Amino acid sequence: MENILEMKKINKQFFGVKALDNVDFSVKRGEVHILIGENGAGKSTLMKILSGAYHMDSGTIKFDGEELHISNPHYIQNKGISIIYQEFNLIPEMSIAENIFLGREPKKKTGLIDWKKMREETKDLLNKLELDVDPKTIVKTLSVAQQQFVEIAKALSFGAKLIIMDEPSATLTPKEIERLFLVIKELKEHNVSIIYISHHLDEVFQIGDSLTVLRDGKLVNSLSVTSTNKNEIIKMMVGRELKNTYPKRSSKPGKTLLEIKNLSKKNVLKDIEFTLHEGEILGVAGLVGSGRTEMARAIFGADSKDSGEITLNGNDLKINSPKDSIKNKIGLLPEDRKRQGVVLGMSVKSNISLASLERVIKRILINGKLEQQKVGHYFDILKIKAPNQDVLIQSLSGGNQQKVVLAKWLFTDCDIFIFDEPTRGIDVGAKYEIYQLMNKLTDHGKAIIMISSEMPEIIGMSDNVIVMHNGEITGKFKREELTQEKIMTSAAGEVN
Amino acid sequence: MGATKNSLEKRGFFDKLNNSYYKPEIYAAIGLFGLSIILSFASEYFLTANNIINLFRQVSLNAIIACGMTFVILTGGIDLSVGSIVAVTGTFIAGFIKSGMPIPLSILIGLAIGIGFGVINGLIVAYTNIPAIIVTLASMSMARGTALLYSNGYPISGMPAIFKEFGRGYIGPIPNPVYIMIGIVIFSGIVLTKSKFGRHVYALGGNEETVRLSGINVKKIKMMVYVISGTLSALSGLILCSRLGSGQPLSGDGWELDAIAAVVVGGTSIAGGRGTIIGTLIGAFVIGVLNNGLNLLNVSPYLQLVVKGIVIIGAVFVRAGFAKEK
Repeated sequence: MENILEMKKINKQFFGVKALDNVDFSVKRGEVHILIGENGAGKSTLMKILSGAYHMDSGTIKFDGEELHISNPHYIQNKGISIIYQEFNLIPEMSIAENIFLGREPKKKTGLIDWKKMREETKDLLNKLELDVDPKTIVKTLSVAQQQFVEIAKALSFGAKLIIMDEPSATLTPKEIERLFLVIKELKEHNVSIIYISHHLDEVFQIGDSLTVLRDGKLVNSLSVTSTNKNEIIKMMVGRELKNTYPKRSSKPGKTLLEIKNLSKKNVLKDIEFTLHEGEILGVAGLVGSGRTEMARAIFGADSKDSGEITLNGNDLKINSPKDSIKNKIGLLPEDRKRQGVVLGMSVKSNISLASLERVIKRILINGKLEQQKVGHYFDILKIKAPNQDVLIQSLSGGNQQKVVLAKWLFTDCDIFIFDEPTRGIDVGAKYEIYQLMNKLTDHGKAIIMISSEMPEIIGMSDNVIVMHNGEITGKFKREELTQEKIMTSAAGEVN
Repeated sequence: MGATKNSLEKRGFFDKLNNSYYKPEIYAAIGLFGLSIILSFASEYFLTANNIINLFRQVSLNAIIACGMTFVILTGGIDLSVGSIVAVTGTFIAGFIKSGMPIPLSILIGLAIGIGFGVINGLIVAYTNIPAIIVTLASMSMARGTALLYSNGYPISGMPAIFKEFGRGYIGPIPNPVYIMIGIVIFSGIVLTKSKFGRHVYALGGNEETVRLSGINVKKIKMMVYVISGTLSALSGLILCSRLGSGQPLSGDGWELDAIAAVVVGGTSIAGGRGTIIGTLIGAFVIGVLNNGLNLLNVSPYLQLVVKGIVIIGAVFVRAGFAKEK
């Protein structure tokens, strides 16, 4: 098979730091090429150069036999390259058809938009993806998975020969991922190439043909998927061998810390009851949309609830806002980092100290030195990869941003942490560090409620697990009795 | 060898400038400097001590209001009512004094009325979903109307000399309002950069939901910035009333635009989250120097408005242009 894309000797520096160092990257026609690497390895930078969002310092890019001089995102779209970002480029208030044909709506002779033609063509595209929705549907009413298919449909409508997918499975349910993989296989048969960026090693073997590993801005290896295995990939990614995915849990749950009773919210949550003990990690499993995040937000006071008793150390708590919650030393690491976790325009330092400013204040003003020093402590523990604390958080890779949000919550010194998808978008090496950190916290008697969509993470880290379905708890398990099957059946709605 | 080194150093300087957090402020300062140089050649009067003192006095009121506006814009809001608050405060103070109320009490109640409009702005913006531009547009109209109602549309004059002294007087060679401006600028700067509240203001403009989930009372902060803006506008109203020796219901007309212009020319993002008080001060001086210089050059006031508009667009365009480059 010939190469459809050849990127050669790509170099890119940011403020004197090499983000990409002489990277070669090529993709064959009609293959699924997995691009993998730790946070900050250079995957996103490489793709942003291809998309025209960044200019490379040097290097050449050949696509479909022609050398590209990429100046803007429009240019590559017309050449047949489409990118589907994690944050979709769709206009939520517009219909599917309007989104797909945005800026190139078919026109009638009168110059008015030919709605009929637009909808018919959209329908054809959606049919190709076996997505049975009306082209007139407003995009914001679609599920995340459906929106992703709309993005793919849009790419196809441009006659894309190469589609780049940036962690497409991160927000999908297992069933939706299955559908996505089917669509990807279909695309392959039509000779469309896919660059698939992922952190999930399992996916590499499920759909990948070839694999390119980047580390610290350098190409580590480019090889065929069949010629390698999981351990070898991890070794290439982190540059060392990672023996265990999960560190051993040594702490044992102690006395009761938090008790939740008949927590309900109409159409969202029903009679949630559980207890959390000192030193415990309580895993919360369930499918996307099962009410896990809603439960966390209701306990934390971020959303209202209809009823529910929250008892901490035997005392009734009244929590009506996140402020009340934090006052009682309950913290929530939210699931949506960009929208709820960080302030992008602020420095790493300001982000970390945001929820605990009173702890860096001397008399009435913020003490710069004290802040620097206290923030520095968490900066070091979490091994945040940034030149210093004063850089804007938006210049950090996704995983490092997540670490900053974690640092912010650690700094609040809460006794109870609710972690909603704490390792989403984080690479293997950093994940292990976060798990170790969770163990350390529980060793100190703190308790963690960990919401996760990654089954192995739930099984590997939890002392106890509750499983949710449709806003209800459908299963409670102790560590000893946990199996993947039990969680799955409960998650599917069968009460255990 | 020497040449290479030189060019490297040069790049270093621009690199530093481009990576500096204060980049927009530095560009505004360069603009202000350039503008001043041109004007000092165009008018021999521009650089005289008299004119400089005059310029500072002219700038002081706008700079005070613009400091309050900076707080508001940093949270992603806007306050259109500042000019009307200037008028309503001055009118009431003058009216109270004229009616025989003791001067300190007149000032206090007058300020309270002005600040009251800030409180109303704050309450509505913080506790409803009505956009700030609508809320303050409405209070702009209400405050102006109140001033006109109270005064029947006529200026209220005949203030005692001691009251006028406050706004007209000097300490040394420098007019009193300039001291107040300097005090407000320093105070605002410290609050924004060094206090918990200031940090929350920036964060709120950057990402409201993150701030809320960090356990911060978002409504209180929103409320506070409009109260600050109202307070500083009322203070300007007091100074203006004292300087003019009368309360004028039509004063402060269009001042909201000068204040917003000072803030954005000084590098504050209209979307919130980024900006500094020092930038706003520079912005206020850019607007002030422009007004002053064009007056000296006898440029028609109508044309002045056009030029001011061009400068505002130009300043923001230059910055946006650079930001895009990145």
